[in-house]
Amino acid sequence: MQLELRLSGSGGQGLITAGIILAEAALADGKNAVQTQSYGPEARGGASKAEVIISDEIIDFPKVTRPNLILALTQDAAAKYVDASNSDAMVIVDESVELSPETGLKKLFRVPIIDTARHEIGREIVANIVALGLIVGLTQIVSQENLEATVIKRLPRGTEDLNRMALQAGYDLAKQI
Amino acid sequence: MIKFLQGNEACVEGALMAGMRFYSGYPITPSTEIAELSAERLPKVGGKFIQMEDEISGIAAAIGASLTGKKAMTATSGPGFSLKQENIGYAALAEVPLVIVNVQRGGPSTGLPTSPGQGDVMQARWGTHGDHPIICLTPDSVTETFYLTIRAFNLAEKYRVPVILLTDEITGHMREKIDIPDPSEIEIYNRKRPETGDVYHPYGVEPGEIVPRMADFGSGFRYHVTGLMHDETGFPSNSTENARKLMDRLMAKTVTYRDDIIDYEALYTEDADWLILAYGGMSRSARAAVKVLRQKGHSVGLFRPISLWPFPEEALSALAGKVKGILVTELNYGQIKLEVERIACGRCPVEFLGRGNGEVITPEMLIETFEEVAK
Repeated sequence: MQLELRLSGSGGQGLITAGIILAEAALADGKNAVQTQSYGPEARGGASKAEVIISDEIIDFPKVTRPNLILALTQDAAAKYVDASNSDAMVIVDESVELSPETGLKKLFRVPIIDTARHEIGREIVANIVALGLIVGLTQIVSQENLEATVIKRLPRGTEDLNRMALQAGYDLAKQI
Repeated sequence: MIKFLQGNEACVEGALMAGMRFYSGYPITPSTEIAELSAERLPKVGGKFIQMEDEISGIAAAIGASLTGKKAMTATSGPGFSLKQENIGYAALAEVPLVIVNVQRGGPSTGLPTSPGQGDVMQARWGTHGDHPIICLTPDSVTETFYLTIRAFNLAEKYRVPVILLTDEITGHMREKIDIPDPSEIEIYNRKRPETGDVYHPYGVEPGEIVPRMADFGSGFRYHVTGLMHDETGFPSNSTENARKLMDRLMAKTVTYRDDIIDYEALYTEDADWLILAYGGMSRSARAAVKVLRQKGHSVGLFRPISLWPFPEEALSALAGKVKGILVTELNYGQIKLEVERIACGRCPVEFLGRGNGEVITPEMLIETFEEVAK
């Protein structure tokens, strides 16, 4: 069983960090994981993506070719990285993203990820962690226990409560779907 | 200890375990993490990190540090590798142990800074002017990056040659699980130094030894280092007889000791009718393709050079005499393909799938091409 995930957005939204966290949580669950990324020459802005493959077996090719799950936080990222060729893929976009109704995607969710981070938690910077809570709440691809432990381990000290709130807000969004 | 690291991070872990105590360079994508982590870690082990004004001084300072007895490394990419070429030749002629990492990106020129390429494989062999010995190793995973970095230092120390660790944006930036061993499990080779009181010929080889013993500059042995042809004393010599002896000795390093240096992986090649040949990051794609093709009933194996220079010529030649064809795949317009054609020498067709636009060739593309050419 191999899961291929693509997390995309704007450079600086922390999607590469989110990809690393997801992969490390998968390792903690006893699985194999590889994380890759692609970004432009800019330090901020521009479409950026992190890709994660989680598998019970050895992962040969490290890049995602047929994603099972795509996250897009911005319109630019959705235009570039939402691949409609696999209509069974789960596609999660921020509610600010408009997608043509003709994509044929069967599992498309528009969710207020950035708005939740900005208004419920009060910090837009945790949108990546809200998104992680949402993805794991919907798919259980990693255990919530190891997800939280990895978030705490990977992110700066002093942000534990903020990130726990963000994860919980993501789980709550998942329950509403 | 289990860690989740980028190839670039694993390179620094390997370098530190091999004994690197000096790093000088100039940051450039996609190699920058190597400089960044070296800057953080070297001071903690009593080492030194210097960010120089450019790539040329980056390698020059590393050469200087190595002459004083420190194990030194510099890392770069793309145009930075071009800038280092002159001093690679200096290190080869002056026999200065040194590790140069090139995390390949799309070229030529500034090219594609954040995308992978493999267009520097011939530059790694012949980028500096004049005949010269060089060793070039190319890893295909985070774990192998760690071990090949250690091997690069060991070979540099043993043969007193610059060793190029040729990675690419794929292996440099990808993160994977790595089990970092205890230092006690790792074999480390340190250069031989002269004994105090000996008459010291800095470029004379002691009987039964591979290369001249190397005194640490500043340790009391006075000697001269130059990029001019030199005799055993290290001072310049215009004698053609001396130049012949020196060049013969230098060029023999990677020939006489090739069995100690050459490394490759042969997967499912015993019964294979066809070979896919790939190296570095591209072999990940090739490995996946070979597994699928075998499931589909094709008798195909993977041949992966781990040392690109010297190239695993004898092993490939033996296989080239048995198979129906070889499909070479690399992220360039056919550089290693030339080497494979030379070795196959008309005994089997050499097919090719390459590109140089910053995109990785996927297993699907490789499978499709294979099924077309291996009909």
